[in-house]
Amino acid sequence: MSTLTIEKLTVGYGDGAPVLDGLELEVPDGAVVALLGANGAGKTTLLRSLMGLAPVRDGRVLLDGTDLTALSTEDRVRRGLALVPEGRSVVVELTVAENLRLGTCWKKGRKNKGPAREAAVGQMYELFEPLARRRDAAGHTLSGGERQMLALARALVGEPDVLLLDEPSLGLAPLVVAQLLGVLRDQAAATGLTVLLAEQNVTGALSVADRGVVLSLGEVVADRPAAELAADPALRHAYLGF
Amino acid sequence: MERLVFLLSTGLARGAVLALFALSLVIVYRAARAVNFAQAAMAIVPVYVAFAVTSASGSYWLGLASALVVGALLGAVVERWLLRLVPQDNPLPGIIVAIGLVMVLQAGLAIAFGPDHRPVHAPFSQRPFEIAGVGVLSPYDLFVLVVAAVVMGSLAILFNRTSVGLQLRAAAFAPETSRLLGVRVPRMVTLGWMLSIATAALAALLLVPTGLGLDPHAADVLFVNAFAAAVIGGLDSPVGALVAGLVVGVLASLVTGYASAATAPLAVLALLTVVLLVRPHGLFAAREARTA
Ligand SMILES: Nc1ncnc2c1ncn2[C@@H]1O[C@H](COP(=O)(O)OP(=O)(O)OP(=O)(O)O)[C@@H](O)[C@H]1O
Ligand SMILES: [Mg+2]
Repeated sequence: MSTLTIEKLTVGYGDGAPVLDGLELEVPDGAVVALLGANGAGKTTLLRSLMGLAPVRDGRVLLDGTDLTALSTEDRVRRGLALVPEGRSVVVELTVAENLRLGTCWKKGRKNKGPAREAAVGQMYELFEPLARRRDAAGHTLSGGERQMLALARALVGEPDVLLLDEPSLGLAPLVVAQLLGVLRDQAAATGLTVLLAEQNVTGALSVADRGVVLSLGEVVADRPAAELAADPALRHAYLGF
Repeated sequence: MERLVFLLSTGLARGAVLALFALSLVIVYRAARAVNFAQAAMAIVPVYVAFAVTSASGSYWLGLASALVVGALLGAVVERWLLRLVPQDNPLPGIIVAIGLVMVLQAGLAIAFGPDHRPVHAPFSQRPFEIAGVGVLSPYDLFVLVVAAVVMGSLAILFNRTSVGLQLRAAAFAPETSRLLGVRVPRMVTLGWMLSIATAALAALLLVPTGLGLDPHAADVLFVNAFAAAVIGGLDSPVGALVAGLVVGVLASLVTGYASAATAPLAVLALLTVVLLVRPHGLFAAREARTA
C-alpha cells in the first residue's frame, strides 16, 4: 500500500561513531523485505529510527514520497507506519482485548467505535485462536508466544500500510514461529501490506520474504532476492556467516 | 452505642473526602510516576476561586463548577509549563520544584486574600438527622457522600470504559509502547494532571465547610491523611485509594471521638506502619511489578 524510502540515513547514540552511516534502502509497495545482520549490526536501531525513536543525525525517511523526518512517533503511526518492537511489547497490566483496542485508538470517529472496531478485532481473533480464548486475561498471564501473537495482532488491527517487525521469532518454538510468519505472509499477500522484517532466524525470514537485505557496519552490504540469498551457500557464508 | 453510630457515620463522610483526595493522588501518580507534594496547595487555589465566585454570584453550584474548571486548568498549566521543563531522569528535581510551588501558591494566596481563616458556609445544614434519637449523618454529610460516589463512579467509567481512559492507562503503564500505537502520551499526562487537580479541588471544597474555614493551609492535613491512605491502598490503585480513604476516615473519627483529636494522626501513622510492614507495596498494589 505504500513505499518506504530511506535516504542517506545516519544514526548514532551520544557522540560515538554512527551506528548507521548513510544507509540507503527502498522497500517498495507490497514487498516483504527481510532485514538481516549480526548482533549489533543496527537492525533495531534502523527500525526505531524509522519510527522516530532513535537519534537521527542526518538523512530522510519517506513514505510514498512524503518526508516523515520531522514527525513524532505518534504522527508516523497516523501516516500508516507501525512497529512491533523487540521483546514482548504487550502492556501487561491490560487485558488481551484492551491491548487490541489500543491498536485502533488513534483512529478518529467511527473507525474507533462499535461495529467497525469489533469487526477488526474479531478478525484478529480468527487469525490467532489462542488470543480469542484468552481475551479477558491480563497481559502478564500470557505465554511468550501468545504475547508475540498479541503484539503482532495489535499492530495489524490498526491496518498499517507499512509494518516493521523486530525479531518476532525471538525465543519462540519453531511451530509458533512458523505460524506467526505464515500469518504475516498471508496478510501481506491479502492486503498488500509492506513489510520490513528484522530477524536472526534467517531461514524463517527468507522463507516469507521477497528480498533479503544484509546490514553490516552501518551499511547495506547485500540486497538480493530472498530465494537467491537462501539458496547460495557462498553468499550465505560471506554475509550471514553460515 | 449512639456515640459509635455517630462517629462511624461522620467518619464515613470524612473518609469519602479523603478517598477522593487519595484518588487524585493516585491519578497523578499513574500519569507522572511521582507523588505530587504540591497537591494540597494546588487544590486550595481553586477553592479560593470557588469562594469568590460563590460570594459574587450567590450560587454554590457556580462556585463548585468554577473550582473544577480552575483545578483542571491549574493542573494543565503546572504540568505543561513547569514540571515538563524539569529533568525527569530522577525524581528529586520534581519534588523540589513541587515544594517551591507550594510556597509560591500558599504565600500568593496569603498576600492576595490575607492569612486569616474565612468562614465558609455549607450549602446544606450540618445538623445531624436523628434516627430514633441517635444523631447520624447531616444533610451536608449526605451531600458529600453522594458527590464523592458520583465523581468516583464517573472516573471509574472514564478510565475503564472509554477509549480515552484506555489510552490514559496505557500511557501510564507503558509510555513507549503506547506512542508506537499512536497514543499521544504527553497529552495523556496533561489530561491526568487536569483530572487529578480537579478531583483534589473538589475534595478540598467539600472539606472546607466542615473545618475551621478557608485559609491557604486548609487542605494540608487532608493531604497528609490522603497520602497515607493512598500509600496504604497501594499508590497505583484507585480501589485501594477508595477503601483506604474510608478506613482512614473512620479510624480518625473513632480515635478523635474516643480518645482525642491529637491522637488521630498517630493512629493513622500506626495503621500506615503496620500495613507497610505486612505489605510493603500497599494493600491493593498490582501483583506483578513492571520491569520494562
Ligand atoms: N540506546 C543505545 N545507546 C547507545 N548505544 C546503543 C543503543 N542502542 C543500541 N546501541 C548500539 O548500537 C549498535 C546497534 O544496535 P542494535 O540494537 O541496533 O543492533 P541489532 O542489529 O538490533 O542487534 P541484535 O541482533 O542483537 O538485536 C550496537 O553496537 C549497540 O551497542
Ligand atoms: Mg535488535
